Formats: sequence, structure tokens, C-alpha cells
Amino acid sequence: MDRKILKNYAINILVIIAIYILLKVLMGTGVISRYHQGIIIFIMINIILATSLNLATGFLGQLTLGHAGFMAVGAYVSAMTAVALKANFKGMPDLVMLIISLAVAAVASALVGIVIGVPALRLRGDYLAIITLGFGEVIRVVINNIKATGGAQGFTGIPKISTFDNVFWITVLVVLFLYRLTHSRQGRAILSIREDEIAAEAVGVKTTHFKVMGFAIAASIAGIGGGLYAHYIAFLDPNTFNFMRSVEILVIVVLGGMGSLTGSILAAIVLTIMPEALRSFANYRLLLYSFMLIIMMIFRPKGIFGTGEFSWQGFYDRYQMRKNALLKREQE
Amino acid sequence: MALLEATNICMQFGGLRAVDNFNLSIDEHELVGLIGPNGAGKTTVFNMLTGVYAPTEGNIKIDGVSVVGKKPYEIVRIGAARTFQNIRLFKDLTVLDNIKIAYHHELKYSTLEGILRLPRYWADEKKAHKACLDFLKIFDMEDYAETLAKNLPYGKQRKLEIARALATKPKILMLDEPAAGMNPQETHELMETIGLIRKQFDIAILLIEHDMHLVMGICERIAVLDYGKIIAVGTPEETRNNPDVIRVYLGE
Amino acid sequence: MILFLQQIINGLSVGSVYALIALGYTMVYGIIKLINFAHGEVMMAGAYFAFVVAISSRFPFPIVLFISMVMAAIVGIVIEKLAYKPLRNAPRISALITAIGVSLFLQNLTLVIFKADPKIMPVLIEKKPINIGSLQIGTVTLTTLILAIVFMVILDVFIKKTKPGKAMRAVSEDKDASVLMGINVNKTISITFAIGSALGALGGVLYGITYTQVYPTMGIMPGLKAFVAAVLGGIGLIPGAVLGGFVIGMIETISKAYISSQWSDAIVFGLLIVVLLFKPTGILGKNEKEKV
Repeated sequence: MDRKILKNYAINILVIIAIYILLKVLMGTGVISRYHQGIIIFIMINIILATSLNLATGFLGQLTLGHAGFMAVGAYVSAMTAVALKANFKGMPDLVMLIISLAVAAVASALVGIVIGVPALRLRGDYLAIITLGFGEVIRVVINNIKATGGAQGFTGIPKISTFDNVFWITVLVVLFLYRLTHSRQGRAILSIREDEIAAEAVGVKTTHFKVMGFAIAASIAGIGGGLYAHYIAFLDPNTFNFMRSVEILVIVVLGGMGSLTGSILAAIVLTIMPEALRSFANYRLLLYSFMLIIMMIFRPKGIFGTGEFSWQGFYDRYQMRKNALLKREQE
Repeated sequence: MALLEATNICMQFGGLRAVDNFNLSIDEHELVGLIGPNGAGKTTVFNMLTGVYAPTEGNIKIDGVSVVGKKPYEIVRIGAARTFQNIRLFKDLTVLDNIKIAYHHELKYSTLEGILRLPRYWADEKKAHKACLDFLKIFDMEDYAETLAKNLPYGKQRKLEIARALATKPKILMLDEPAAGMNPQETHELMETIGLIRKQFDIAILLIEHDMHLVMGICERIAVLDYGKIIAVGTPEETRNNPDVIRVYLGE
Repeated sequence: MILFLQQIINGLSVGSVYALIALGYTMVYGIIKLINFAHGEVMMAGAYFAFVVAISSRFPFPIVLFISMVMAAIVGIVIEKLAYKPLRNAPRISALITAIGVSLFLQNLTLVIFKADPKIMPVLIEKKPINIGSLQIGTVTLTTLILAIVFMVILDVFIKKTKPGKAMRAVSEDKDASVLMGINVNKTISITFAIGSALGALGGVLYGITYTQVYPTMGIMPGLKAFVAAVLGGIGLIPGAVLGGFVIGMIETISKAYISSQWSDAIVFGLLIVVLLFKPTGILGKNEKEKV
């Protein structure tokens, strides 16, 4: 590991710990109310959903319109697992219960992702988008109409075991996982498929393998996001996982920049807060939201960060460059 | 034994026989040109050799292994790499990453090892980084390592595409009209690159080309295709004087 | 048997509405390769225009319909000019997100103006059953079916015989070449949006009359299903949209009547998945392999 990478890691770890401590202190002192704490948790769940969708759409280049479907699978599987655990193992610590439930949810969503992905990923572009859209709707109708999920009345009695602490650290782990995955040989193979699938195959990349892998990982992480959501809200209504939910996640990804994890994080923050901040506009809230969305797309069609990642090193380098340029101008 | 052996391959598109009983064998180290007028079936032959289409009849062997029905990436592993008529680079990735993707097979760490950043990840990545940079050096492109592929000038893009194909360590390199769209200066540079490959790498080359000057200048053997059939095979000198070839190219 | 025939006729009527909306999706996709997610909302807007005109005047149905279609056509042109045109050379997904933005915008604009509660659509077509033997068909069902077919025939003639129709086909075939042939691409795209939106409005008005109400989110489900219909038939192909619309309408009606009304949506979307897996370009689509 060379020094520069080490230094970057150190900076990032420090920044994350600083954010964590800051939020903790603000919550402890009551500056952040319980209501705002809820928004912060939704932001983090949206970060998990958006970064995972970014893997499928931004890095792998496969447009998906059914991400809420995978989220739903994860949410319900995790909820059911936790309910079963609670009934059979009295006194199980919350964290252990959460981890087991999320793991089961992740595996279930990944399996569904593979079942959908293997046939669907043969299709390109818009057709894949449409098939995932269809899949999302089918999942929703199925959940609405079977007994095990509570049907249209919703699923109640879910153990409320998502806390700020565990959601925060799981989000950190998810982003770290995705960053490392995309910056490895497997990640390069995934990127090559986005860039040019035919060329990727012509230089020996097993395209089908990596497509299914990327898709399954994206589905599995969406499942984790769904699980965290279920254990925070403690009640599941199948119609929360509709087409609009998939669209909301996609909007975060595109606005942040396809293929930029940091972009997804920033956009998740902005787009989760925005509707809340616009609450005082009452009925005009969503009108403004959609208007801003159109304006942002027209003026920044490649998203905030494009395909690049934000890094402190890069930030520092640019700062230095600007400073040097200013100094130079002054000298002249 | 020949390195590449195509025996009686045919390609039928509906009622059209695009390639008819095509035979070609290429020995190790050989540089063979495949020429023919527009629509003669050159690209179809090429797509069959590289696994994009499966021939409707006949057999293709590369290094003794039949490649009929194999996927393009499997054929790469057997030892045949290719370039495309309309350059296909990973445009939004750097030049170095373009090479690293082709170098994929030399890195052995698993997904989990990569995520956990275990020692094998660092060792493999370091090795790959150095190997790919050295590779760029051979082509005198190390200064462009961090440039995005789409920002390279046209001639350099073609060069990168060839370098990328070679990074898969092929036994035979197939170039599909590499001089298409090039000016004389760029074509000259391309000829130098091909000369360089001949010197530095121990491989055979199959060249499909329109540019007669290029083909006559560097190929050892030339096959001429017309209406899906081979009408002549021989040295550049023989081909130039073959009456059938003259008829095809100049008319009667 | 009579009941089954009755269902078939209902299916055709529902299907004809889907087909009308699907035409707008398919025409826009054919010409600018954009899934126009706002199309369901244009259809909703069409229904609201008819509602407003009908409650504020005593115009007969044909005039109400005409005004609604013209207004929707204008809405379609404006959307294209303001929201899609600036993104014509941007990544396609950005245009898609913009379309979603426009869709949300129209929904919420309607919500702000008319509030969320459904409004009762005035009786524009007098309801009385027509008896053919022991078969009973509603006037609304019959009008829907007839109007849909008439407009489809007009569209077909327009596209095949008129100059702007031919220009539309040329632009969807190859935009750059059409420019070289002297076709005004911008104008052609506007015409496409206008026609697609007008047909969508027709679908919306008929839908509103059939279910006797209009509400801001009424465009979502029929929009999605019409889109599925367009894909099922082969997106970009006009006969495909018509075929797809009828197929979807028929399957929906039959499965609601004989299987389960809760599961009918799952059946429709499931069918889409199955068809796409076996024939990715839809029922009438030609398979295209990317050129190497």
C-alpha cells in the first residue's frame, strides 16, 4: 500500500468518524430532533439504495426501473426473518437479530436478482429497463395478494431494530464495499461492459458472468436497504414499493452522476432533504420538486459529478492549482 | 501444423451465401492479408474467425482447438485477439485502464480478496500496473497513460486498440481494416506499428484491408476474396499479376 | 357464451383506449428514441380539458372532444420544446429522467389547480344499452371502440399518404439523412408530439367517460399499461401499438372476469416479461443484431 493511498484512507476514516461524532453530539443535545433523526436515517437508506442502483446502472450500464422491487423483497424477507427470530429465540440481542435478518434479506434479493438477471440481461438498453419495470410491478402485486406478507393491509409487528448507529455504520460499509468492488479487476470488467460490451468480450471479459454478478450484488444491497427500512418504520405497506419509488432512486443516481458513488451520496442527501425542506409550501412542494428536477437535468445532464469521484486529495489539488494560478496572476 | 486453420467454412444469411467454402491456413509468425472488393465477405469471414457468428458449415481451428460455436471471450483465451473496423475503445476510461482490462486474465485475486484488499490484491494490482505501463512504453504511449481514450487523436486510438488486443497475449492478431479512415501520415504510422509488433511479439497477424498499398507493402502472403470465395492466394507479387485478381479489381 | 362475448367486447373497448395512448408512446419513441413518461399525464390533461369545457359550456361531445385534443396537442408541443429539445444530444437516460420530471410536474400542477379528489365527469355520451340479440352493449363502449378505430384509420392514412406523414417516417428511420433530404426535423418532431398527444387526449376523454371521473393520478396506470402495450407490439411500430393495446385490454378484461381482479395487473406485466424474453423486440418487431 503506498503512502498516498494510506493517507487518503486516513483522511476518509477521520471525516467519517467526525461526521458520526458530530451527529451523535447534536442528537444528544437535542439540536437534531427525533423527527430530523428520522430524515437522517432515510437519507442513509437512500444512499444504500442509490449506490447499489448506481452499480447496476452507472457502472455496469444496465438501465433498471425496478429497484424498488428488490428493496421490497429485502424488506419483507428481513421483516419475516426478524419476526421468526423474535418468536423462537427469546432474548436475542437486537444487533445479532438485525444482522441475521439483513443477511437473509441480502441472499434472497440476490437470488431474485439472478433469476431476473440471467434471462433479462441478454436484452439491451430500454428493453432491460422495461422488463425490470414489469418485474417491479409483479412483485408489488404478489406482495399485495398473498397471506404471508399481510397483503394490502400491510405487514405489522416488525421488530424496530434499525437505530441511527447501526444504519450509519452499515451505510459506511456498503459504500466502502462498492468503492472497493468498482476499483478492482472485477470493477474494471464491469466498467468495460458499460463502455462497450462487444469490445469487452473481444478482450476476454466474460460479459454474461460480470453482468449477472453486478446485477445480483446491486439487488442484494437494495435488499439490505429495504431491510433497514422495514426495521426502522416497523410497518410495511406494499404500495410504498411502487414504480415511483424505483424512479426516485434512479433520479438520485442520475442527478449525482452515473458511475459516481460520491455523487449518489450527495444527491441522496439533497433529494431526501428537499421535499422536507419544501414542506412549508404544502401543495406546491412536489410541483417545485419536479420543476427543479427538470431544470437540473437540462442544465446538468451528466449529473453533479459526471463519472468522477469526489476526493479530498483531488479537492486539495484543485485548491492548490487555483492558488498557484492566482499567485501567478498577481506576480504578473 | 498451422496456427489458424479454416476449412470449408460457409455462411448462409437466409438465401444469401455470403461466404462459400472458404479455406485459409496461417502459420506461426506469418503475416497474411485478406483483400477483396466491397461486399466480398471479408468482414463476415472475420466475424466467424472471432466468434461473433458461428459458420453454418465447416470448421475453424486455432492452435489445434476448434473454435466453432465458442464465445468471443473464449476464443480470446484460446489465443486470437482482434480489432474493429470502427474503433471500439472503452472511451470514458483511461488509456491505462483500457490495457488493464485486456490484461484481466493475468490478475488472479478473487472478488472477496479484492473487497477485503488482501495482500494478493495489492501484489496483483501492482504487477498489472507495471506490466501495463511497460506495455504502453513499447508503443511509445506511456505519456498518454492517464488520458481518456476518447481524447486521443485518431491514429493513436487505433494504436491503443491494437495494443489492447495484444495485452490479451494472443498467438494470432486479427486486424479488421486498420487503415480505414486514416490519412497517409496515420497509415504510415500504422505500418510502423505493425512492423514493431512483428519485431517485438512472437505472433501471427491476419490483416483485412482495402488499402492495397498497405497490404502489398507488408504482407507475406495475400488471399483474395470475391463473392465469398477465395480466388487467389500467393505472395504480393503473384497476386498483383494474377489475371483473376486484376479482373476483380479493375474490371475486364 | 353471451357473457364471454360481452367480455370480449369490453376487452376490445378497454384495449382501444390503451391502443390510442400506446400510439403516442410508440410514435415519440420511433422518432426520438425517448420513452415519454409524461404521456400518461398528457392523457390525464386531455381528460381534464374535456371536464373543464363540459362543465363550463353546453358544447356537444364532438366539440368538447375537439377542444380537448387541440389543447393536449399544444401541451405536447410545449413539453417537447421546453423540456426535451435541450436534451436531444444529452445521454438518453437524462432525457428519460426529464420525462419523469415532466410527468410529476403535470400531476402536481393538476393537483394544485383541481385538488386531489376525483371530479365527476359530466355525461357527454348518453348512456343506454343497445341490444343485439341477447347481447347488450353500452353506448359508451361502442362509441369508444368506433372512435378509436376511426382515428387509427385517419392516422394510418396520414402517415402513409401525406407529406408530413412521410417526413415522420423518414425522420424515425434516419434523422441525419432526413436533414440532408431537406426535411425540417424540428417541425416533424413537433407534429409527432402534437398527434401523439391529441390521440392520448382522446384516450383520456374516453377513459374519463367510461369511469365517469377524472383525478390527477388517473394517467399513471393506463399510461404504464399503454406503454407495456407499445412494447409488447414492438415499440416504434404503429401497428404494433394498436395490436399491443388490444392484446393488453383483452387479457386484462378476461383475467379480471375469469381469474382474479387483484392478479390481473401481475398477469399483464408477467406476460410482458415472457414476451420480451422470447422476442425482445415485441410481437411485430424485427430482431436486430448490433453491427460489428
